[in-house]
Amino acid sequence: MSKKLKKKGRKILLGAGCYVLCILLQHFLPHLNGNLILGAFLAAYFVIGGDVVKKAVHNITNGQVFDENFLMMVATVGAFIVGEYPEAVAVMLFYQVGEWFQDYAVSNSRKSIAALMDIRPDCANVIREGEVMQTDPDEVEIGETIVVRPGEKVPLDGIVTKGNTTLDTMALTGESVPREIMCGDEIMSGCINLSGVIEVEVKKAFGESTVSKILELVENASEKKSESENFITKFARYYTPAVVILAALLAVAGILASGGDWAKWLYRALSFLVISCPCALVISIPLSFFGGIGGASKAGILIKGSNYLEAISRVEVVAMDKTGTLTKGNFTVTEIFPANGMQKEQVLELAAYGEHYSSHPIAGALLQAFGKIPDEGRIKQASELAGFGTKAILDGKDLFVGNEKLMKQEKIDYEACGEAGTIVYVAWGGVFMGAVVIEDELKSDAKDCVSQLHKMGIKDIVMLTGDHENVAKKVASQVKVDRYFAELLPGDKVDLVEKLFAEKSDKGKLAFVGDGINDAPVLARADIGIAMGGLGSDAAIEAADIVIMTDAPSKIAQAIQISKKTLTIVKQNIVFAIGVKGLVLILAAFGIATMWAAVFADVGVAVIAILNAMRAMKVKE
Amino acid sequence: MKKVFILDEIDCANCAAKLEAGLKKIEGCQNASVNFLTQKMTIEAEQADMEAVVKEALKLCKKMEPDMDVKEK
Repeated sequence: MSKKLKKKGRKILLGAGCYVLCILLQHFLPHLNGNLILGAFLAAYFVIGGDVVKKAVHNITNGQVFDENFLMMVATVGAFIVGEYPEAVAVMLFYQVGEWFQDYAVSNSRKSIAALMDIRPDCANVIREGEVMQTDPDEVEIGETIVVRPGEKVPLDGIVTKGNTTLDTMALTGESVPREIMCGDEIMSGCINLSGVIEVEVKKAFGESTVSKILELVENASEKKSESENFITKFARYYTPAVVILAALLAVAGILASGGDWAKWLYRALSFLVISCPCALVISIPLSFFGGIGGASKAGILIKGSNYLEAISRVEVVAMDKTGTLTKGNFTVTEIFPANGMQKEQVLELAAYGEHYSSHPIAGALLQAFGKIPDEGRIKQASELAGFGTKAILDGKDLFVGNEKLMKQEKIDYEACGEAGTIVYVAWGGVFMGAVVIEDELKSDAKDCVSQLHKMGIKDIVMLTGDHENVAKKVASQVKVDRYFAELLPGDKVDLVEKLFAEKSDKGKLAFVGDGINDAPVLARADIGIAMGGLGSDAAIEAADIVIMTDAPSKIAQAIQISKKTLTIVKQNIVFAIGVKGLVLILAAFGIATMWAAVFADVGVAVIAILNAMRAMKVKE
Repeated sequence: MKKVFILDEIDCANCAAKLEAGLKKIEGCQNASVNFLTQKMTIEAEQADMEAVVKEALKLCKKMEPDMDVKEK
């Protein structure tokens, strides 16, 4: 609890004591001089609400009339004038207690949110002139070497130059399985070093490092306001003057109609003033969004604005890229079809030798499956034939490794392979040796992701890919997407997304999920661009509206869940706050609700709405 | 350019909204935002106008929220 809150709390208790004394005085000495009683109540009133009066006076001199403090002062002073001394003091007391709880709740939520984002490293151990010294991460320069011990946060992005360890990336990705890090690997700031002492060469200044980027992104997210927030801001602007005008009308009309019963009608009008602050809404709605964004970031989902958090709950169409989103994007050999009396191992060996010098992902898959390092002395004149494959001379004979087009061009008598996947044909010395099937692996939660999205009522899940028709068809049927489009060039994807836009309803939103590397235009065009595997990819963080830090597509469903929950809370708070205020206004107009009820409708509702808003922060693991 | 200030102990969310509306009316101020939750005030203005805008903004802060501490980040 802050000093200010404690001080305020003590003052409220003191004031409450004074109030009780006044009541006792009035009760046990009923014949006391009326002015003396008024004096006692006024004294209690100033102990409790002196600061409110002071602020009110200050604000009037600055021309702010519809100020909460001023309205409270008018209401309570009014109660004194109509002779309701105990009520005047009690209402001020109740108001201050409510304000105190409201401040307490807000300061607690600020702390919880800060704790949620407690990934900022406090210090870095930098090696300077052979000695390890502690310094601010801000002061470490690119190229310097830092030491990270077990239990410490990695303060800056860099490359491990000494030691191996495991990292806890939970705070960045929501992933609970520790990540293995070897000497030579890249390392991200914000992770916690778990097991070994490592030395890291710094590659990015603190302001540019992952941890700063994420913090900046999440902190600024609340500046992009949602429609609900804009509605509340607008509502608040008209609400207070409207209620004050109603109060004035009520007082005038009531007094005229009742033939001069001014005390009764003034009291009712004063109750109106107490309800006229829209604080409950103005705090709790942004707090809900802030909490939702904070909770999502804890789960490894970065949302760049309240507007996106709001929009994603209305998703109607989800368009997904295949490679890197639904599949892992790392190719593996799944089948080998030898020809002309060869063995499977021999075909693989030839393919690996042919692709040894290639940098294509397919070459990696072949070499990995081969498992041995090719003897470079046997290969001569290796070259890549873009769009076809590779050509080399192995043991003096021409070796061609590539697609069907290559076989046709070289006039090789080959057998076409009907498998779904990327087919690599191998020919050596003019003779067809066989074919190797290479496939991209599905991500373990790809199916889960699609079925969860279906369960949420999203009817149109579309897969887009540049890959061949047969590969696309297989993946589409495995993960059960509704439609797919294959053999798309990057430009086609934008056109296709335009088409999907035309098909969906006006209210529904279109989300595109990609890996953020070469689909930036589509990410930008979609209502909500979601980038996968954002950790370490600046391009993805830049281009997308929502960044999923891990590779797990099931986080898309989680993001929608968080969004729906947040919006439910927002709706509850709007209906609850406006409802209670409206009800108390009506009851007060008919003289049923007292000023007490009015104070509850003001601060009580605010406290409840804040507590409800805090629920948005809790995200299931 | 942008300048960020930390508002310590800003009173209430509605006051923050009012302060924001007031800041936006300052001449030369291109954009302003007051975030009650992060207690941050952001002011955007052309470099040449910045000094004058900040001066006006601080005056406004003092006027609207006399108990609040304003620190540049």
